[in-house]
Amino acid sequence: MHSSDEYAERDIDISMLTRVEGEGSLRLRMRDGVVESARLSIFEAPRYFEKLVEGRKPDEVIDIVARICGICPVAYQMSAVHAFEDCFGVEVEDGVRALRRLMYCGEWIESHALHVYLLHAPDFLGYASAVEMAEDHADIVGRGLQLKRLGNDILALLGGRAIHPVSVRVGGFSRVPRRGELDALRHMLDHAVEWSAETLDWVSTLDAPAFERDVELVSLVHPHEYPMNHGRIVSTRGIDVATGAWRDAFEESQVPDTNALHARTRSGTTYLVGPAARVTQCADRLHPRAGAALRQSGLGGAIAANPYWSIAARAVELLHASSEAVDILDAYTRPDVASVAWEPRAGVAAWSTEAPRGLLFHRYEVDASGFVRAAQIVPPTSQNQGRIEDDLVAFTPTMRDASDAELTHGLEQLVRSYDPCISCATHFLDVEIEEVP
Amino acid sequence: MTRGAPTVGVVKFASCDGCQLSLLDLEDHLLEITGTFDIVEFAEATSRRSPGPYDVLLVEGSVSTEEQAAEILELRAQARTLVTIGACATAGGIQALRNWADHDEYRRAVYAHPEYVASLATSTPVSSHVRVDAELHGCPIDRGELLELLSALAVGRRPQIREDAVCLACKRRGVVCVTVARGIPCLGPVTNAGCGAICPAMDRGCYGCFGPRPEANMPSLTGSFLASGGTRADVARLFEGFTAYAEPFRTTVSDLRGRGPEEDADAQQ
Repeated sequence: MHSSDEYAERDIDISMLTRVEGEGSLRLRMRDGVVESARLSIFEAPRYFEKLVEGRKPDEVIDIVARICGICPVAYQMSAVHAFEDCFGVEVEDGVRALRRLMYCGEWIESHALHVYLLHAPDFLGYASAVEMAEDHADIVGRGLQLKRLGNDILALLGGRAIHPVSVRVGGFSRVPRRGELDALRHMLDHAVEWSAETLDWVSTLDAPAFERDVELVSLVHPHEYPMNHGRIVSTRGIDVATGAWRDAFEESQVPDTNALHARTRSGTTYLVGPAARVTQCADRLHPRAGAALRQSGLGGAIAANPYWSIAARAVELLHASSEAVDILDAYTRPDVASVAWEPRAGVAAWSTEAPRGLLFHRYEVDASGFVRAAQIVPPTSQNQGRIEDDLVAFTPTMRDASDAELTHGLEQLVRSYDPCISCATHFLDVEIEEVP
Repeated sequence: MTRGAPTVGVVKFASCDGCQLSLLDLEDHLLEITGTFDIVEFAEATSRRSPGPYDVLLVEGSVSTEEQAAEILELRAQARTLVTIGACATAGGIQALRNWADHDEYRRAVYAHPEYVASLATSTPVSSHVRVDAELHGCPIDRGELLELLSALAVGRRPQIREDAVCLACKRRGVVCVTVARGIPCLGPVTNAGCGAICPAMDRGCYGCFGPRPEANMPSLTGSFLASGGTRADVARLFEGFTAYAEPFRTTVSDLRGRGPEEDADAQQ
């Protein structure tokens, strides 16, 4: 028998999560102070991308999968282009490889600046939005917008536009810029480095809730580089597989009572991908400037253990990406050819890259003419969803005495700290349509 | 925001969030915009919510579930001016390719429990459901066109959106024609300008993401693609992109594939 105490049973229902990308809701059920279930559910309409790319050729797939996410289209293009090039045995020029990293730097800057300043910071400072925050902190919001703009400028220069750029092709790019086209951007990037350093200094002063948990972190790890397009899939608990072998270590499995599939490790545990995982596993491969700033901040341990401090991980990566972008531009010589010739080959094209929100795995079965016959795409938010729910269960008892409004705010803030991209997650296997009364 | 400022809502249906992100991507003008308009609903950017009414409602995404088909009717009633933004809202988006396919098969292939996925057989533009006051094309929309639209709405004038084809934008930009010079198939002659001819400028063909021009001469263009050696399926795939469901691309795709899409009526069952 349960107590008749009116507070013993408690349901928290957030019907629409705000300041996240896409449409989702959160439902939490507590009994006697214990959380019985936490359900991050997604009512974003499915779009069936894995079917949409069937019967399409590699370069068409690159254009199509970008549309999975307006915030991180480059990530989808990168996982796809590398998967196909690996399958077909295409070797791109070093200059092309560097430009692809530059493009990813642009996307990380744009996406991280968006999240740090416009979506996440208002939680720490008690505002409903960055617009309201700007009424009191115009300089801070202004810095975030400028930084975001520079990320977009990098993307527009390399890809024609910031959202759904058009230049990424199997074999390289449709066009690569001349040296002189990069000069104006190069000048501005010195500011990006400076503003990124200021970002880390500023977020270090924020006050995050004291909530720590022990979690398996997963990211690409590369022997020399901070991970973007290359490396092995490595975890803090011993997973170590090739970039295309995601399915050897993880599976999309069914969770009881939800009818939703979440990604889990083969041993059935939840795990976390994203900036905190990368910073924790690859701190020694950060750009020296970012590495030094991380050490000086003293936040390395907090980034690994406390989800709220993901804001600092993003700030560290802002500094890394803007510093690396400067280095790439300074070393740039235009590749001899924008794209090398290639021939399709039947096989499995599988690759993972590091989207702003974490590991993004693509797998395509390709026929001898280059047509895709089957596809699997596992976005970062699908992988994080189980971990987010576990953290919600662990976190809620720390707010046992809070009012419903306070608890609701605390839970929303926790969900936002993962920067969930529901638009990405939705179109795949993690959908649960819940009838909300 | 100022007292009495026009209220703006930003909502979404099936989409990638990229068009509403374009509003936040107006970085240099964002704080001016929020000073001119009172943004009362924009879930991606603010925790403050409003069910309406709205002086201006920007709608992203296509209608692809029963809930969305009902919701757009409610939203229309709350909106004085309703503007659809982007290829999903104006043309059904890339997901409208399912209109030519077996929706049940799609659902079974992607989801282990298809019965829990409540989606309609079709993905349709907002204009198939309610009256729309203005449209911004593109996948994604162009930031400059969005700024022009908002500026015009702020003072009550007609937005000055240029109405011509990518070919003309290409000439204005001084880009060498990729079809004439290099034989690359390009949808520039039949596609709305607005993007700034970025694909030809990036040495590739236009893929039609700003949607078809109403006066497009489709038989002429598809005839030339077929004459230069493309199969009917190859040519169909050129149009099976982000605006395939918009006429006259829709009829062209159906003709080349020899089968038509589900009709709009199914979306309003």
